[in-house]
Amino acid sequence: MTVALHEPGAVSEPDPVRTRRGFVWQTIRSRPSAAVGAIILAIIVLMAVLAPWIAPYDQHQQVGPVFGHPSWSHPLGLDDGGIDMVTLLMWGARISLVVGLAATFVSMVIGGTIGVVSGYFGGKTDTALMRFTDYFLVIPDVPLMIVIAAIWGPSLFHIVIVVGILLWASTARVIRAQVKSVRERVYVKRSRALGAGHTRLILKHVLPQVAPLLIANTVLTIAVAVFDETALAFLGLGDPSRVSLGKMIENAFERAAISTGAWWAIVSPGVVVMLLILSCSLLGTALEDSLNPRLKVAHLSARTFRLRPLVGRGPDAV
Amino acid sequence: MSTTANGHRLLEVEDLVVHYPVARGIVGTMTRQPEKLVRAVEGISFSLDRGELLALVGESGCGKTTTAQTVLRLIDPVGGRIAFDGRDITTLSNKTLRPLRRRMQIIYQDPYESLDPRLKVHTTIEEPLVIHRAGGSKTQRAELIRDALERVELTPPDLFLDRYPHELSGGQRQRVAIAASIVLGPELLVADEPVSMLDVSVRAGVLTLLDRLREGGLGILMITHDLSTAARFADRIAVMYLGRIVEEGPASAVVSDPQHPYTKALLSVVPSRDPRERSQPQILTGEAPDAVNVPSGCRFHPRCPLAVDDCRTIDPELERVGEARGHRAACILVRR
Amino acid sequence: MSSLLEIEDLNVWFDLPDGGELHAVQGVNVSVDGGGRLGLVGESGCGKTTTALALMGLLPSNASAAGRVLLDGTDLLAGGEETMRPHRWVDVAIVFQGAMNALNPVQTVGAQIVEALEEHGQARGRTARAQTGELLEAVGIPASRASRYPHELSGGMRQRAAIAMALSCKPQVLIADEPTTALDVMVQAQILELLDALCRDFGLALLLVTHDLPVVAQLCDRAAVMYAGEIVESGPVDSLYHEPRHPYTRLLFAATPDLHGGDIPVSIPGSPPRLDRVLQGCPFHQRCDRAFARCTDERPLLKPPAT
Repeated sequence: MTVALHEPGAVSEPDPVRTRRGFVWQTIRSRPSAAVGAIILAIIVLMAVLAPWIAPYDQHQQVGPVFGHPSWSHPLGLDDGGIDMVTLLMWGARISLVVGLAATFVSMVIGGTIGVVSGYFGGKTDTALMRFTDYFLVIPDVPLMIVIAAIWGPSLFHIVIVVGILLWASTARVIRAQVKSVRERVYVKRSRALGAGHTRLILKHVLPQVAPLLIANTVLTIAVAVFDETALAFLGLGDPSRVSLGKMIENAFERAAISTGAWWAIVSPGVVVMLLILSCSLLGTALEDSLNPRLKVAHLSARTFRLRPLVGRGPDAV
Repeated sequence: MSTTANGHRLLEVEDLVVHYPVARGIVGTMTRQPEKLVRAVEGISFSLDRGELLALVGESGCGKTTTAQTVLRLIDPVGGRIAFDGRDITTLSNKTLRPLRRRMQIIYQDPYESLDPRLKVHTTIEEPLVIHRAGGSKTQRAELIRDALERVELTPPDLFLDRYPHELSGGQRQRVAIAASIVLGPELLVADEPVSMLDVSVRAGVLTLLDRLREGGLGILMITHDLSTAARFADRIAVMYLGRIVEEGPASAVVSDPQHPYTKALLSVVPSRDPRERSQPQILTGEAPDAVNVPSGCRFHPRCPLAVDDCRTIDPELERVGEARGHRAACILVRR
Repeated sequence: MSSLLEIEDLNVWFDLPDGGELHAVQGVNVSVDGGGRLGLVGESGCGKTTTALALMGLLPSNASAAGRVLLDGTDLLAGGEETMRPHRWVDVAIVFQGAMNALNPVQTVGAQIVEALEEHGQARGRTARAQTGELLEAVGIPASRASRYPHELSGGMRQRAAIAMALSCKPQVLIADEPTTALDVMVQAQILELLDALCRDFGLALLLVTHDLPVVAQLCDRAAVMYAGEIVESGPVDSLYHEPRHPYTRLLFAATPDLHGGDIPVSIPGSPPRLDRVLQGCPFHQRCDRAFARCTDERPLLKPPAT
């Protein structure tokens, strides 16, 4: 039997996504929005991680007057305690990121597990779990955050738990839908027919197919988590001892930055939060988009194909 | 007729019944409408021996795919009995069934979806060995995998071991799926429309491969809607209509001497590749009713060109007909 | 007598994402007479569907085409969309592959046909509805079913509806792309019988695009076999089966199982060649059982067989 490995003709299916690392990297390379998001995110993360080493000043040291104006030595001015804004932003981003990532982790673990179990086993398990998920989906987040933070008291740990609890439900739904569809794929059915047990099927066949979606969803969840934490901190429910970006905005607000005209104290942390959320959204959305299989042939439409002049048959025409 | 090592028939199915409930939805449940059932399979019996290829043919909705899946206990029957190598497997639990699954395998219609796109060919073929902890050491397994590739004519095997499914053609993918099914050395293979999604020029090769495996002792239950394929490759044919077998027998007998009016009509409308053979097609009107509303009496009577009054009330059994041994049909108008 | 539809030297290229080109249709010449039935046969990737779409001017934006499509002497392709538009559906109509599954699910079948009639200025309002009823009856659907939604109809009925839609503007040529592929054999027979009747009663010219040789053998009087973007053999269906001249034609028939005899079908080894590169020699020579020295270098042209 002649071995011809390539199919001819019709524009071919794109290579299926194979590894997790490959998927993210491929997306970044092929979509400009993903690249932009990834770069911004990388800058912020780097800035936050290296804060202890690269921050220009000490984050607790007053280096000038309250709400000092931006100057050459302090490009973003000083906050309500006379501390350099650039330094504070770096440290603040750290906290915001940590909370965002931790909360996302909690929500991914809960949401992912429930989604997989629900989607894979179906039936009564699915119904029960989804009803449970629905309750969490409809809870209004800000009031819940206020109530829980008010009852348990403000602390970083509580914030992480609260935000995590709010976010897992939509992940569960998304993952469940994907798991349901993967479960019906022929190669999964084949493995079942071969005698594979549930664990094997989930770990070896279902999860790898769901992983890219989980990653995309995680990145998008980080955006929401950061936002939620910022909102909580702004409302005064954050941990008073840890200055996140939201806390910075709240501090400035409380200390009448606006009436004093110290725009840098509010706008700077706001912009950083915005960039953080934006970059996660761009990257996450691009990742989600690249998961949709797309044929490279454009849709049929009149008016768009081109004509060429009739030419001879070529040099080997007889 | 060749029996298994224990002296039994490979597969025996008796009065198999498979029903699906039709979802009623909220309104239906609340207004307490009676639950409707899809009567996919309503009492069929057949058997399969080693080294035999039985083709289960029929149009969509006749229950052939459901039968194939139920025989392997991938779907649970509501009634009847399935015996594999003499052992009743109708109600065995999944755990008890597991070791038996080594001996009965299935290949599916869609070669483009049959293989996990993330796994290389050798991993796919190795999977059954891993699941059943069979095959011995790594080197012994590698040998078995190579052997399986050779048996499905993907040679030289080394060229295919490290390929991903998207690098293979449809025919090649189907062969890989077959290789994965035979690596454990099963005795029964269920093939659900194994070639209908392949190009015509490729089909014969895969079917000939199945034929060769059959010669090696494998019993094959092939589901197909293509009567020509069944005619050329099957030993026996069973024609299904709306959940019942209406005719069965040696392939040559069923095709050249059909007895049941449905079989006759079906065969008459199969186009021939010879333009000079434009037989008089007996085109039935309408389409088969859905399996929820099964006609009374003989299921085929509303569309049967020969139906008489009794056909509305009598539900015929399969009885011996025609000249050949084992040729049976379920019609009151055809009696020996 | 000149033909109703003549395709001269049709070529279609697709732009590939990596900058190359796929030469999907390579110099196809076919003709269909009024009332005639031509089968365009080939396996997946041979270019038959692309040819059919090119005839309708329905190629995607990454395609480019060359050649002439003459309908009653007028070149439809010459001015691109300008020349094609007035004739599309009105003179040449197509039933797409999988059309039965592409009906608008939120419109009744009747409404969809009425829409087609109104769009092309054939009729309006009550006249349109009356014509819709007639059309449905002509394809074997009771007119009362016009108020049904596609999902309420069986597969065969939906295919009939799709055919009715294609015929709504009373074209002279009907292109049917795999009209019976997804259907059961009995329903297939019904649809083929319908197409046969429509051609007879309305004098339609039929271009049947399919991979199914027996269907062509039963319904068409002439056929053209396509391989790797070009026609390798064409002529009366009877000659193609009983006296095939091209090895691919012969092997393709040999690979098709038949109910009543003939030998066990045999596969053709190998796969068709890639069309994104220029081919050397005959496109079929690597899989051919009769290839000899010249086949590797010379590209054969389509011409009448030496008697």
